[in-house]
Amino acid sequence: MHLSSDDVIIWQHGFFRLNLTILTTWGLMLVMVVTSRLVTRRLSDGMRIPRLQGMLEVIVSTTGKQIEEVGLSHPEKYLGFLGTLFLFVALSNLCEIIPGYEPPTGSLSTTAALAICVFIAVPLFGIMESGLKSYLATYLDPTPLMLPFNIVGELSRTLALAIRLFGNIMSGSMVIAILLTITPFIFPVLMSMLDLLTGLVQAYIFTILATVYIAAATKAREE
Amino acid sequence: MLIDWFTVAAQIVNFLVLVWLLKRFLYAPILKALDAREKRIASELADAAEKQAQALAEREEYKNKIEELERQKAELLRNAAADAAALREKLMMEARSETEALREKHQKQLNDEYRSLTREIARRTQASVFAIAKKALADLAGADLEERITYVFVRRLKEMDARSGFPDRLIVKSAFELQPSLRASIEEAIRKFSGAEIVYEQDSGLFSGIELVAGGQKIAWSMGDYLGMLEQEVSALIRAGSGEEK
Repeated sequence: MHLSSDDVIIWQHGFFRLNLTILTTWGLMLVMVVTSRLVTRRLSDGMRIPRLQGMLEVIVSTTGKQIEEVGLSHPEKYLGFLGTLFLFVALSNLCEIIPGYEPPTGSLSTTAALAICVFIAVPLFGIMESGLKSYLATYLDPTPLMLPFNIVGELSRTLALAIRLFGNIMSGSMVIAILLTITPFIFPVLMSMLDLLTGLVQAYIFTILATVYIAAATKAREE
Repeated sequence: MLIDWFTVAAQIVNFLVLVWLLKRFLYAPILKALDAREKRIASELADAAEKQAQALAEREEYKNKIEELERQKAELLRNAAADAAALREKLMMEARSETEALREKHQKQLNDEYRSLTREIARRTQASVFAIAKKALADLAGADLEERITYVFVRRLKEMDARSGFPDRLIVKSAFELQPSLRASIEEAIRKFSGAEIVYEQDSGLFSGIELVAGGQKIAWSMGDYLGMLEQEVSALIRAGSGEEK
């Protein structure tokens, strides 16, 4: 038994190591991109639309609305990053229902990578929106004395993002694996159901937190 | 170690690639489609609103037109009724005058007929009476009617007294040619009261009579007198008859 799918090495050549996490991620990417491409290849802007297009439209428009509700007035600017974050994490977690599947989000490397992306994206969006000077000024709020705390806060919340998602998903997979060895019937099913819920909730939390951080960084200009 | 930094780097790259791919294949087309639909719906709504406004305006216009037509209809009906009344009055007047004219014409015709009938009756009566009287006198006396007439005339002459003032010329008019014997008896009777010249004239208008004209005086006997009386009586009878008919 292994704690992370990173440990499952499929192919290695020197520094380059193709592990299960990366392979699964590619699989998920392929599914998402191919599905999107298939649906958006023949988009209809009429009154009658195909079901899959309707589903994707609901996902995209709902994500946009959620971003707007958090406080970002132009959601289409952040939709690519935040929407992809949510879809990737959600799909990765929901696929847990497939037997033998190990979610990439159960790997601390993946969650850390996503958290690092957020960590970089927040100041980037902040600077893009309000300029370097006013963004850096937010670290001195409310007094310059708060600068170290703000920096620590920035780092710690990134760490928290990564650990929270990893912990939740990894523990879920782990619990199911342990339960399967103890009581192979009924209980793993219930736990799987609970895990699906947790997976979606975690995807939502991860995305919403990233949105809140970006909103906080871009707030300076809006104020 | 839970974190494999190569995997972290690979996942960062994977994620960024995924962001780019999804932006290209998912968000951009979907947002475009949503925008297009929104625009279409907005334009259709605007179009519908415009059409509704147009329809309302047209409804108002047609309403006004209908009211105008109703008003015109009422006016036309009023005018037509007035015209009809005037025409009826005119026609009635014409009919009345026509009737009056016809009635007058009819009355005139009746009067004419009455007059001609009266004349005809008088003429026929006269002829009949004359014929009857002639025949009766001939039958009864066994003598010529003219002689009887002359006899009656001579008797009347004889009844006259001799008086002065007669003109020098006396005219004896008769309806028939007086025989020399009859002329002799007439002359004899005249010579008793006058020695004037006697001229004989024939006048068919005397109706089997003889008359003596002397200046302003006249002595006569004529069937015409009787016929005149008879005519008057017949006329009175006919008038009485037509009065009853009316």
